[in-house]
Amino acid sequence: MRTKMKVQLMNKTMNIKHTLKAVALLFISSVALMAHAEEEAKPMHANNDVANKASLQRGARNFVNYCSGCHSLKYVRYNRLSVDLDLTDAQVQDNLDFTKVKLTEMMTINMDPADGKSWFGKPPPDLSLIARSRGADYLYTFLHSFYLDPSRPTGMNNVVLPAAAMPNVLWELQGLQKAVYVGHTADNGSVEKVFTGLEADTSSKGKLSPEEYDQFVRDLVNFLDYVGEPGQVERRGLGIRVMGFMLVLFLLAYALKKEYWKDIK
Amino acid sequence: MSTETKSSAGTTGLMGWIDARFPLTKTWKEQWGEYYAPKNFNFWYYFGSIALLVLVLQIVTGIFLTMNYKPSSEGAFASVEYIMRDVPWGWLIRYMHSTGASAFFIVVYLHMFRGLMYGSYKNPRELLWIFGMLIYLVLMAEAFMGYLLPWGNMSYWGAQVITNLFGAIPYVGSSLVEWIRGDYFISDVTLNRFFALHVIALPLALVFLVVAHLLALHEVGSNNPDGIEIKKNKGADGHPLDGIPSHPYYSVKDFMGFVFFALIFAGILFFEPTVNNLFLEKANFDPADRMQTPAEIAPVWYFTPYYAILRAVPNKLLGVILMGVAVMIFFLLPWLDRCKVKSIRYRGWLYKSFLTVFVISFIGLGYIGMHKPTPLLTLEARVFSTIYFAFFLLMPWYTSVDKTKPVPDRVTFHAH
Repeated sequence: MRTKMKVQLMNKTMNIKHTLKAVALLFISSVALMAHAEEEAKPMHANNDVANKASLQRGARNFVNYCSGCHSLKYVRYNRLSVDLDLTDAQVQDNLDFTKVKLTEMMTINMDPADGKSWFGKPPPDLSLIARSRGADYLYTFLHSFYLDPSRPTGMNNVVLPAAAMPNVLWELQGLQKAVYVGHTADNGSVEKVFTGLEADTSSKGKLSPEEYDQFVRDLVNFLDYVGEPGQVERRGLGIRVMGFMLVLFLLAYALKKEYWKDIK
Repeated sequence: MSTETKSSAGTTGLMGWIDARFPLTKTWKEQWGEYYAPKNFNFWYYFGSIALLVLVLQIVTGIFLTMNYKPSSEGAFASVEYIMRDVPWGWLIRYMHSTGASAFFIVVYLHMFRGLMYGSYKNPRELLWIFGMLIYLVLMAEAFMGYLLPWGNMSYWGAQVITNLFGAIPYVGSSLVEWIRGDYFISDVTLNRFFALHVIALPLALVFLVVAHLLALHEVGSNNPDGIEIKKNKGADGHPLDGIPSHPYYSVKDFMGFVFFALIFAGILFFEPTVNNLFLEKANFDPADRMQTPAEIAPVWYFTPYYAILRAVPNKLLGVILMGVAVMIFFLLPWLDRCKVKSIRYRGWLYKSFLTVFVISFIGLGYIGMHKPTPLLTLEARVFSTIYFAFFLLMPWYTSVDKTKPVPDRVTFHAH
């Protein structure tokens, strides 16, 4: 009787082991498969530095000269720029505030959104938070990726935002770019155009050299990155001090705990 | 002639005056000062007190946020930016609150995992576990409603998708969705009521449940990594031999835990408050737009395991049911677990294996829930979901056949 029960129990354990082995195998294979998550196309690196005040000043200049006709920064006050960018109020008033509003005002624009919609298909978005929602790398890549496309109303298209409503307002600086395609002949004889990249269109030359244009865009993106979170440099600076304090406090707390707990046997 | 009279708590002076009228000293002693906790708490026992710290942090920062936040579809998004840019230290308060929300879930998940490891839900702590689970449920509702308030595009569409789930319920579904939203879609009305629930109703429930959780804990006594009831071995003074008064011993130890937590918390808050799109999502820096969905709608990371279960099921109603069951099934743990020992230290390989694969499945589901579904990810989500439910449904079986080790009479403790 006893041995019979033992045998039954052993059989049961064997079954359990088989089931568990199968489950384990299935489990391990799914963990292994998860490593194959799809990778998205990598944008170029903006490589900007929001602590670089000179770059931010140039970026602000670039923004008000090339962007602020259509794009507002409705959460940014002019006088915040004087504080954060090491400028005097007079410098901001003379060089950045083209509409001559009070410096305590927001950097809004006069374009009626309804006009924007009829001109571009959608009103040009406010850019206060564009670096936070898209990322600096995206913006840097976007401003490098316009190319000639006669099928578009503006004559321009963009690689990272196909059918972009925005025309290439920086074309005079960069010069025009055209898309390069390679033809692939399929088995049935049809030729497929495959996009391989952009190259400068030799018929037009930009006012800036490629290096100067990179710097122009980097400064502009840097400014937009700063504008997305104006307090970020202050945040990191404060962070180092807070963590230093917490570290010292932790050592004291650890010593205090040790002192009390030495009595516990 | 003595003019001082002693209160029943033995205190004099102002304290005596209060104690004669209010059980201040008595409550302090019962709840903390002379609450005897096992001396062998390990790393996993920090998270209960840290969860309490985060609750206080969320309430205090929440109060200051509401001073400048505007709960309307017109003003909400702009008011958050106003807090981030123009309110002195507003950015700090806001980041504390947003980082605190995710920290709350990290801490609570670790706290729950501790319970699973050491059998803290088992007799006599079933009600303690149920209070804890209710806290978890209210916390989920609190986080979900709070997430709508910034009125970003992910707030908007996340709320739209999650409230839509109730529409899968037969007959009453669409009326129920309308009742929750107060409108035919997520609107100003929804934002206002979510704000009311987020700042008043749910925090009130949360505080009440936390008090109940602590009262229940101090009534039955804490479990410990050995799963031994320390009250079974009492000394001549009537206190457990393996217990130590919470004050000062756990006061100083938990304080150390608080500071260590604050160190990590500050590291995130000051240097990477978005945690690469996890704690604050990129799409939520675009204002809510009813005409434009974000490229990909996914809930915040702490809900993604359940979201992955929902998506793994081809039938919407069944998916919603399974998602609900996945959360609720935790309530049944005290009765699903048939093992005679509590702690994983004295359990057999079966429970250890099941718990390990359960944790990996939970994390795996969380990962899958954050990504666009592909046929491969869906297959994996199904495997992980099966393991998730197997952990609970097979528990009565594997915990009763599992080979356990003998449990010692006294806790394992090495003097520091």
